[in-house]
Amino acid sequence: MATEQRTTTDDGPDESSDAPLGLTLASGAVAAAVVLPVLWLVKTSLDVGLTEALSLLARPTTLEVFVNSTVLVAVTTAACVALGVPLAYLTVRTDLPFHRFWTVAVSLPLVIPSYIGAFAFVSAFGPQGDFQRLLAPLGVERIPEIYGLQGAVLVLTLYTYPYVYITARASLKSMDTTLIDAARTLEHSRWDAFKRVTLPQIRPAVAAGALLASLYALSDFGTPSIMRYDVFTRVIYVEFGAFGRDTATLLSLQLVGVTFVILWLESKIRGNERTSAGGRSRDVVPLGAWKLPAMAFCASVAGLALVVPLAILVTWLGAGNASVNQSLAFQWEYVFNSVSVSTAAALVAIVAGLPVAYLSARHSTRLSPLFERATYVGYAVPGVVLGLALVFFGSSVGAPIYPSLYLLVFAYVIRFLPQAVGSLRASFLRVDPSLPEAARTLGRTSVGAFRHVTLPLVAPGLFGGAALVFLTTMKELPATLLLRPSGFKTLVTHIWTAHASGYFGQAAIPALVLLFVSGLSMLVIITQEGYDVK
Amino acid sequence: MRNGRADAESDVVLELDGLKKSYGSEEVIHDLSLSVREGEILTLLGPSGCGKTTTLRLLAGLERPDGGDVRLNGRTVSGASFVPPEERGVGVVFQEFALFPHLTARENIAFGLVDLSEEERERRVDDLLELVDLSGQGESYPDELSGGQQQRVALARSLAPEPDILLLDEPFSNLDVDLRVQMREEVRRILKEAGVTAISVTHDQEEALSISDRVAVMNDGDLEQAGDPENVFQHPESRFVAGFLGYASFIPGHVAGDCVETDLGCVPREQIHGLAPEYDQTRIDVLVRPDDVSVRACGPDEEPSGRVTARRYLGPTFLYEVELETGEPVQCMHNHDEDVPDSGPVVVEIEAGHELAWFPREQRPEDEK
Repeated sequence: MATEQRTTTDDGPDESSDAPLGLTLASGAVAAAVVLPVLWLVKTSLDVGLTEALSLLARPTTLEVFVNSTVLVAVTTAACVALGVPLAYLTVRTDLPFHRFWTVAVSLPLVIPSYIGAFAFVSAFGPQGDFQRLLAPLGVERIPEIYGLQGAVLVLTLYTYPYVYITARASLKSMDTTLIDAARTLEHSRWDAFKRVTLPQIRPAVAAGALLASLYALSDFGTPSIMRYDVFTRVIYVEFGAFGRDTATLLSLQLVGVTFVILWLESKIRGNERTSAGGRSRDVVPLGAWKLPAMAFCASVAGLALVVPLAILVTWLGAGNASVNQSLAFQWEYVFNSVSVSTAAALVAIVAGLPVAYLSARHSTRLSPLFERATYVGYAVPGVVLGLALVFFGSSVGAPIYPSLYLLVFAYVIRFLPQAVGSLRASFLRVDPSLPEAARTLGRTSVGAFRHVTLPLVAPGLFGGAALVFLTTMKELPATLLLRPSGFKTLVTHIWTAHASGYFGQAAIPALVLLFVSGLSMLVIITQEGYDVK
Repeated sequence: MRNGRADAESDVVLELDGLKKSYGSEEVIHDLSLSVREGEILTLLGPSGCGKTTTLRLLAGLERPDGGDVRLNGRTVSGASFVPPEERGVGVVFQEFALFPHLTARENIAFGLVDLSEEERERRVDDLLELVDLSGQGESYPDELSGGQQQRVALARSLAPEPDILLLDEPFSNLDVDLRVQMREEVRRILKEAGVTAISVTHDQEEALSISDRVAVMNDGDLEQAGDPENVFQHPESRFVAGFLGYASFIPGHVAGDCVETDLGCVPREQIHGLAPEYDQTRIDVLVRPDDVSVRACGPDEEPSGRVTARRYLGPTFLYEVELETGEPVQCMHNHDEDVPDSGPVVVEIEAGHELAWFPREQRPEDEK
């Protein structure tokens, strides 16, 4: 029994029903830090001057960049839906043989960072590439050009359709199949039932997946750069390198604007979510004679996305260091550097995410959802824009902030904080609020209750979130390129240098390491969310 | 113990004085005053949403009242001198037990015993496991225990630090019906053996009447009536209490001298509890419970007094719904083997062997007057 008879006479806020002041302040500080770079970008753009800004925006290249980006995003998203939805339908609703194998196989491309994919595709299908060399004896002199829109769409589609596939699959699995039975008894053919019942039911999920795919396509820096296709991200990077600071700033703002348009479009398409779940009647659509073509379809998608890059990387590895440029040789230091900054990013993200996640899960104040929403800025703002904004911010502050690893880690934290917050928040929500209350009535202070009861219970989510941040930081490309101090090399920057200087073979080891790391991060997501393959 | 100590001021361990609590614009507790005596088991009884769980949370210090005082052993623990839950010496058994899932039964029970030495702690945990009859289950984790065992652990855990007062929030609502009856007895035994003052909260009137020394009926944030179970059941002070505790029918009557004239004949005045002279020549409603009334088939020469409209099977007994000639509904209980018509005209008679409660007619809700 508590014998200490201290009473709290301080006039602090009600600690049980209202959020403690310290927690609110900490969350607010994190939210403010996350929003800072975007605000700084706006501030920088205001310095440009109106006439100058207008003339920059009216340049034909600006318009071209906008059109290119829009076309890339639209075509890629459409292609992702065209691939993802049929694949989901095949693996969930039909009697496709080995459907578990295909489920895993067609989900796996998510593991491959798109810039590695692009790299491999250029190497395979580019002029004088491995594929063309393979076909040369057969008299094939030319294969279709890989550079440009077609190459960028091909690669982005192959590595982002799984977003649509996974969301469509989840909603197909949870859909009440008796609805289809009902439609069939009301004299609808399978196709009519699909159009009038299934499609409206899975539309919100497909829209969500398409949103992820289109945001990825819009913000991806590596693929369009490698494919030499002028979209926002590539031009921003190039302009920045060429001291076109004003252009880069304005294009960045435009890019952020387009991002918000996409977010708005998605909320429009999603419409009223009237879906039903449940109903376990296992209605399987017989494929009949279509079994082989269906398997060929799955095999060609998975094969193209997985086998091409793996084959290329292994070929490079096998070719050894024949044409070694010593300055590009692989060094373990790169791994060490990657791991160090990623670990730092993971730790900081968890520490910063804790108050935000706890506040939004436990206290429903007017501010808590705002703070939580603010941390998602990192997801919406493309990495190249974030990197640029922090370069501007850093250079105006100067040493010791810029150039330094602090700023790089800060960029990672902003970019991947949502993963930490999401994972932590879900864990906090799973803890029954009466558990810490029980600890209070058993003589623990609120801090003691948090340490001894809440924290041990959220530990898995905490580690999961940290692992996710760590693994995605390992792969991050544009912010790393923009913010790293000179001389600081990581796996990613090494791949990039090898690509830029044409020594593809040097990229094999770091690329394989990154594939392994990506695979691990998928594993973390799967174990956290209980993604069942059945 | 049940009635005896009502007047002994010094025995009061907990006092609520004009307690108020609002969530947003909604006032959940209006002006609640109540005192609890040492060693008694008091049950706050009321329908869901009446503010009883909020009251419990205010007592535990998990919420702060917006007005009024909470006094523990004469010391004010609310308002400016708010005492946080960990310093109140108040134990709580939560509705869903709130056992720490990452700790074993032993570790759960030992959780509040931070001030004891290792050896003392082990001994205390052993004693408690024995008290709740779980000596063999100490190393089990909560998810390996049955509902009843989880409840015993929760009880032992909250008793471990020897709280001045134990609060139980709907302690049996999470258990199966069979287990519920058994655990009621068990919990009462454990509480009495531990000699702890307990306040329990429930919406189940049977549970309240069976485990408590005293019940306090709450409705819509107000205390309607407090007293020992028999008294509250037999002499409800409001129509709400009458209706909430068991089945209640109200027979309209007119007070005329030594007789209260009703549709079911004359009820002798001495059988109406405390009917003061000033109610002569007024209209009243007499409260009858289903076992105070009997129904029989209407004889050939008899005037029927009502008709059976429905019959509900309650196991050993039947509950008959009868509509009197005047349209008033009356409920009536009979053993399953008695010969009672299940429809048609019947004669209804009052056969109570005890005093009946009554309410002035004016108190009726507007639409029934």
